[in-house]
Amino acid sequence: MEKNRYKDLVNKHTPKENRLYNIMVAFITGGLMGLLGEFLIQVYSYFLNIPSKEASTFMIITLVLFGTLFTSLGFFDKWVNFAKSGLIIPITGFAHAMMSASLEYRKEGLVTGIGTNMFKLAGSVIIFGTVSAYLVGLIRLILFGG
Amino acid sequence: MNYVNAFLFCGLVCVIAQIILDNTKLTPGHVTTIFVVVGTFLDVFNFYDKFVLWAGGGALVPITSFGHLLIHGALAKAANFGVMGLSLGMFDLVSSGVIAAIFFSFLFSLAFKPRD
Repeated sequence: MEKNRYKDLVNKHTPKENRLYNIMVAFITGGLMGLLGEFLIQVYSYFLNIPSKEASTFMIITLVLFGTLFTSLGFFDKWVNFAKSGLIIPITGFAHAMMSASLEYRKEGLVTGIGTNMFKLAGSVIIFGTVSAYLVGLIRLILFGG
Repeated sequence: MNYVNAFLFCGLVCVIAQIILDNTKLTPGHVTTIFVVVGTFLDVFNFYDKFVLWAGGGALVPITSFGHLLIHGALAKAANFGVMGLSLGMFDLVSSGVIAAIFFSFLFSLAFKPRD
């Protein structure tokens, strides 16, 4: 088969995604996640009487807890399929990546399964974040002295 | 008003990610990695702090805040201890999220069976 005809066929049969719809869904779900984060910060700092910096730490722990719990219960994958980057970009996406990796490799054993593969998907975030933060911090220290 | 700002900021970050996802062949893993790196670069001159002041929790929820917190902790310790302080303080602020993610995913993967 000629290459062009093959390409045409592939293009014809790949499902077209509605981009505007995707963007709207991502905006609304992402916005709701931000709203939830702000709400949790206010609740924690009001009821526990702590400064908002510590309250934001509590908020991140809460979101991670719910992200991992819902992933392990099985229905977070459907939500991610629906909302796409609206749930991947918030910290829940990080929790979801770690939880699904450790769930998937659980049958291979504790050490060789969970221990080795937990960071399979989420490791790149930590590694690239650390490397770039180190380089940027070094540059700033050398150029501006802290 | 804080809630509206949080909604707008977090929504806009997710929209940018969705546009990148739809128009390129990058996977979600690539996009989250790019956003963390962008977060570290945004915080060189405490630029991201202004977003945090403006949007509150809305700026702390996206993964860009992970990079922001990394460089923030590193620079806070580097002010006292120089170059070695970078490694000393880098995980100071992000440790809560990472440790919660490790602990809960270990616990729940023992407690639940994978479903498809």
